[in-house]
Order: sequence, then structure tokens, then C-alpha cells
Amino acid sequence: MIPLSHYLGLSVILFTIGVLGVVIRRNAIVIFMCIELMLNAVNLSFVAIARSLSSLDGQVIVLLVMTVAAAEAAVGLAIIISIFRTKGTINVDEINLLKW
Amino acid sequence: MLDLIWLVPFLPLCGVVINGLVGIRFPKWLTGTIGSLTVFGSFLVSCGVFYELIQLPAAERVKEVILCQWIASGDFVVNLGFLIDPLSLVMLLTVSGVSFLIHVYSIGYMHEDEGFRRYFVYLNLFVFFMLMLVSANSFLLMFVGWEGVGLCSYLLIGFWYQRQAPADAGKKAFVVNRIGDYGFLLGMMLIFVTFGSLDFLKVFPNAHQYLPYGGITATMITLLLFVGACGKSAQFPLYVWLPDAMEGPTPVSALIHAATMVTAGVYMVARCNALYVLSPLSLGVVAIIGVGTALYAATMGLTQFDIKRVLAYSTISQLGYMFLACGVGAFGAGIFHLMTHAFFKALLFLGAGSVMHALSGELDIRKMGGLRKQLPWTHSTFLIATLAIAGIAPLAGFFSKDAILWGAFQKDSWLWLVGAITALLTALYMFRAVFMAFYGKPRLDEHVAKHVHESPPVMILPLAVLAVLSLVGGWIGIPPSLGGGEWFQEFLAPVFKSAIPAAVHHQAGGLSFVGLAQAAEGLAHGEERSLEWALMGVSLGVAIVGISLAYYLYLKNPEAPGKIAGRFKTLYRIIFNKYYMDEIYNAIFVQPIRRGSEWLWHSVDENVIDGTANGAGRLCTGLSAILKRLQTGYVQNYAIWMLVGTVLLIAYYLFR
Repeated sequence: MIPLSHYLGLSVILFTIGVLGVVIRRNAIVIFMCIELMLNAVNLSFVAIARSLSSLDGQVIVLLVMTVAAAEAAVGLAIIISIFRTKGTINVDEINLLKW
Repeated sequence: MLDLIWLVPFLPLCGVVINGLVGIRFPKWLTGTIGSLTVFGSFLVSCGVFYELIQLPAAERVKEVILCQWIASGDFVVNLGFLIDPLSLVMLLTVSGVSFLIHVYSIGYMHEDEGFRRYFVYLNLFVFFMLMLVSANSFLLMFVGWEGVGLCSYLLIGFWYQRQAPADAGKKAFVVNRIGDYGFLLGMMLIFVTFGSLDFLKVFPNAHQYLPYGGITATMITLLLFVGACGKSAQFPLYVWLPDAMEGPTPVSALIHAATMVTAGVYMVARCNALYVLSPLSLGVVAIIGVGTALYAATMGLTQFDIKRVLAYSTISQLGYMFLACGVGAFGAGIFHLMTHAFFKALLFLGAGSVMHALSGELDIRKMGGLRKQLPWTHSTFLIATLAIAGIAPLAGFFSKDAILWGAFQKDSWLWLVGAITALLTALYMFRAVFMAFYGKPRLDEHVAKHVHESPPVMILPLAVLAVLSLVGGWIGIPPSLGGGEWFQEFLAPVFKSAIPAAVHHQAGGLSFVGLAQAAEGLAHGEERSLEWALMGVSLGVAIVGISLAYYLYLKNPEAPGKIAGRFKTLYRIIFNKYYMDEIYNAIFVQPIRRGSEWLWHSVDENVIDGTANGAGRLCTGLSAILKRLQTGYVQNYAIWMLVGTVLLIAYYLFR
């Protein structure tokens, strides 16, 4: 039996990788994937804690998160495609129209 | 019938609503008819009320008709209602009667004017407010009428607002009246503070209980009210607006600036007689301002060449007489003169309007002359009015002016002397105008002379009616010394009687109030009768001297006035320029206020007010200039801020 702390440690590592990816990387697609990574890191901790507490609540929330993530992926990818069509790039350093 | 009193002001208001709101497609005759008939309705109702009132015994001739409660705020309760007594009835009859005649005249006079409907709406509105003013049962309601007539006066002076002069004149009238109204307002507040009520019937009968004779409060109240009266009735020093008000249409000058509105001040002083008799100082001020203005305005009337301005100064002068009467306690005589003056002065103005109508708008009497034959009706009616104002017996002006002079003589022979000199000047300048306009050689411009024509019947008829009134209007007040009953003063006596017990009770006024009591009660003792006859002889004599002088100077010897003017060059120039009063006011009041306002505009308004508003904007802009740096547009910067925020929040909850 793998102890809960391992699951949580993995979750933290995955989440940190995701955060760093969002902050550091320049490619919008990669940033997007990092966000998904963060979501899944959270999912992992939900499932692990639900299992250790013998409660279904965490599992249910994971299903909800996955649904939302799928919807978000659809909308987000569509936005990225649309940006690429107008700007010719998905490098976020070059996309800074919304500023003062 | 007494309960129908509300119809009196309400009917002209109906005229305003009908003509003003739905009358846009009415033909002119219909607009004019509605305007005139509503006022005639008021006159008929007034007559009905009058008939009912004289059936009652004299002591019961005071009725208050309350329509509803108007304002109720704590102790401050004002009812919307009407006070019916001999004084208000005399005013109602005079105002509605003269207004009706002038409405009819206006149909003819204003026929060519584009603003015909607007004119009648304003005129009806004026009549409404004027009737409210004279029939109000409280100071506050009176003030509503007071302000309303001021508004209509402004609107009608500036009726031809497309031209600069009428617009300026309207503004001047409004501003000068405002100064007077402020005095009225302060007086009214002082009355409320003193009496706790503004109802006439609560204030006047109790006046001597609340106010000690000659006390400071009584003096303050009456002087403040008199400031209001000065503004409205064009007395020194607030008279300057009236001559300029002649820029309005002539029937307006006749109705508002001669016969009715300008007498509101006299009415108010007479209405407040119970207060005035408590303050000998105020009465003295009223008398001296009155007689001073009478003389002062008469001298200015001597030198003017604009026929309407001559009449305007004459109006100021005659109003001075009325205040003189009030000031010496002969309130009945003042109201009597108010009524007769309404007849003959309205007639004079309408006659002048008829002359203008005939001469394509010419106003300068130097360019008239010899109109007697071409304008027979205008000439004869104008002559009757002039004889009446000059004080020739047995026309209306003689009796009323004589009643005033008799009252003045009883108080102080100096007042009488100045009054008599003014009577001489009145006869002189009025006949100067008549002789220059209607007699002698024609001095008309050629293009004007071709079109001279008598006015249409719709204008002549009111002239004729007013001429009859000017002839016989004085007969209701023939003094006992001439075998008359002084019926008019007797009718009014109950209104002014309430004042007398207070005065006599205190006896501090001594002899002067004996005269007052007699004048008001219409008594004349046998030994005084011969003196009264002598005074009448003198006033008749000065009138005849004035007329002869005018005849000699302006008809027989037309070069003489120029020579006299040349002899007294400085004096003539000062009087001709109206004592430079407009210039003095301009220098003392208008320019400093203007400069002060400009200073306030440029320094206070532009710097402080605008500065505050703009500064608030600039502060926000400045702060935003710093904060906006946060908004880089890079999505990752925002992500970092989110991260930092989240970390801080979590840290807070973990380590608190």
C-alpha cells in the first residue's frame, strides 16, 4: 500500500511544474498544457485523499473538474487558433494588446 | 355670490389656458374675444359681489372666503382664500373694469402683430395675478400675485424681445423690482415672527396688541414693506425701471405701468394701514418719499419729448401723490386717487397709442402737431383725460387730488405746498404734450403725414368709455364742503377705521391723528370748511396757471421754451438727462456689481470651482498613471500576480 504522502508529494511536484510552465514558457499551447497539468495534479490529490478517507466526495469533484477541463480545452484551443489566425503567432510575448 | 369670488381671478386664468394651450389655430378675433370676455366675466362677478356687499351694514362688510388649506408646516398655516372688503372690491372693480377696456383696445392695437396670441396670454395671466394680489387674504398669497404681476410685467415689457431695448428694459424692470420684493419678503417674515400668522384678519385687528405705538418692530415692518411698495410703484429711489418700461406695447403701458400693477404698492400700504398708523416715522417716510417723488418726476416730465415717457413720469408723479395720501393718513383719498388715476391715465396711454397707431409709430411730440382735426376722437378723449389729471373741476382728478392735498394740509402745510407745486407742473407738462401733439402747425414727417388716420372703432370705444369715467368718476367722492356725500371714502372707511382706535388710543401722535381721524371718517367741521374752499381754489388756480403757461409757451410763443432752456442751460441739461440717475446708478451699483461678478467669475469660479472639479480629475489621472504600469498586457505577468496573491493568501492562513 502506497502511503498518502507519496500521492500528495507527486501532486505537489506536478502542480509546481505546471505553475512554472505557465509562468516561464512562451508558447500558448504549452502554457495551456501546463494549466491542464495543474488541474490533473489537483485531481490526483483529490482522488488520493478521497481514497484514504473512504469518502466519495473527492471522486465526484474530480469528475466535475474533468468535465470543466474538457470544456475549457475546447474554448481555449479555439481562442488560440483564432489568435494565430490574426496575429500569425502564438508567442505570448508578442500578444500584449490589452494594456494601458 | 360672495362664495363665487374665486371666479374673479379664475376666469382670466381660463383665458390663459384656452388661448395658451389650445389656441394655436384660433383666428385672431377668437383669441381676442376669449381674452376680453374672460376679463369681462371677472368684472361682472366683481359687480355682483359688490352689489351683495353694499346690502350689508357697513360694519359687516368684511368677508373671508377660504377655498382650501394651502401650506401647513408646524405652526405655519396659510389658507388659500380671498378677503372681500370695500378696499379689495374697489381694487377688483377698477382692475377688472380697466383691464377689460384695455383688452378690447388691444384687439385693434395689436392686430398686425405676429405675437397676438402670446400677447393675450400674457395679458390674461397678468389680470389673473393682479386680481389674486388685490383679493388675497394673506400676505403670502398677496406675494404670489405680487411676483406674478412682476413676471408678466417683465414678459410684456420685453414683448418685442427681438429688439435690444425692450429686452434690456424688461431685465431692468425685473432686477429693480427684485430689490423691492426683497424688502417685502423681509417685512413679511418679520410679520410672521411677530404675529405668528400671515392672515390679514389675524394680523391687522391685533396689530396694536402685538406692536407698541411707535415701536421699533412696527417701524421695521412698515419700512420694509414700503421698500417693496417703492419697487412696485416706482417711487424714489427705485423708480428708474418705469420710464424704460415704455418699450412695451402701449396698451401694456396703459394697463400694467399706469393703471393697475404700479398701484399695487399703494394698495399694499393702504391694506396695511393698521400697521402704518402704529409707526409715525414710517408714515413720515411714506409721505416725504411720496411728495418728493411727485415733484421730482414732474420736473422730468417737463423736458421729455417722447409722449409715452412724459406719461411715464406723470405716472410716477401721481403715484407719489397716492403715497403722500397714505403717508398723511388719508388712505381713503389715496385709494380714491388710485381709482380715478386708473381711468384717466389708462385713457392717456391709450390715446397716445392711438396717436402712435395713426402716425406709424411716431412717439416724438416735436414731430406731431395739429392732429386735432385728423384724430377728432383721440383728441377729445385725450383732452378730457388731460383736464382730469390737471385737476380741473368737476373732472375725476380734481376731487381725488384735492382730497389728498386737503389731507396733506391737515398734517403739514409744507407737504401741501409741494403737492400744489407738483399740481402746477402736472398741468404744465400735460398740456405741453397736448398742445405740441394736437395743436399748432403740423410738424409731421412727409411719409407719415400721408397715412394719418383715425383708429378703428374697437380702439375708440374703450377711449370713449374711459373718457366718461374720467369725467364722472370723481363724483362718487365729492367732499361735504361741496355738498357731496364723500360716498367713496365712507364706503372705504370701515377698512381704515380699524386703524384709528389704535392710534387714538395711544394719543402719542397728538394733533396729527385728530386730522387722520377726521379724514378717515369723512368729517369736516364748519370752521374748516372755508379753509377747504380756499385750498380748492388754490389747487384749481394752479391748474389753470399751469395750463395758461403751457398755452403761452408751447402754442402762442413756440420759441420761448428754447430760450428758457438756453438761459438755464445746466439745469435744463440735468433735468433733460433725468438728473443723470441712470448714469449714477450705473456707476454706483451696476458697474461695481458687474466688476465684482467678473472678479468672482475669473478668480473664484474659474480657479476655485473649476479648479476643484478639474483637480479631482487630474488627481485620478495622476494616480492611474502610476497604477497603469501594472497592466502590461502580458498574460504571464498577470499569472505571476495571481500566483503571488495566492501564495500570500495561503501563507496568511497558514501562519497567522
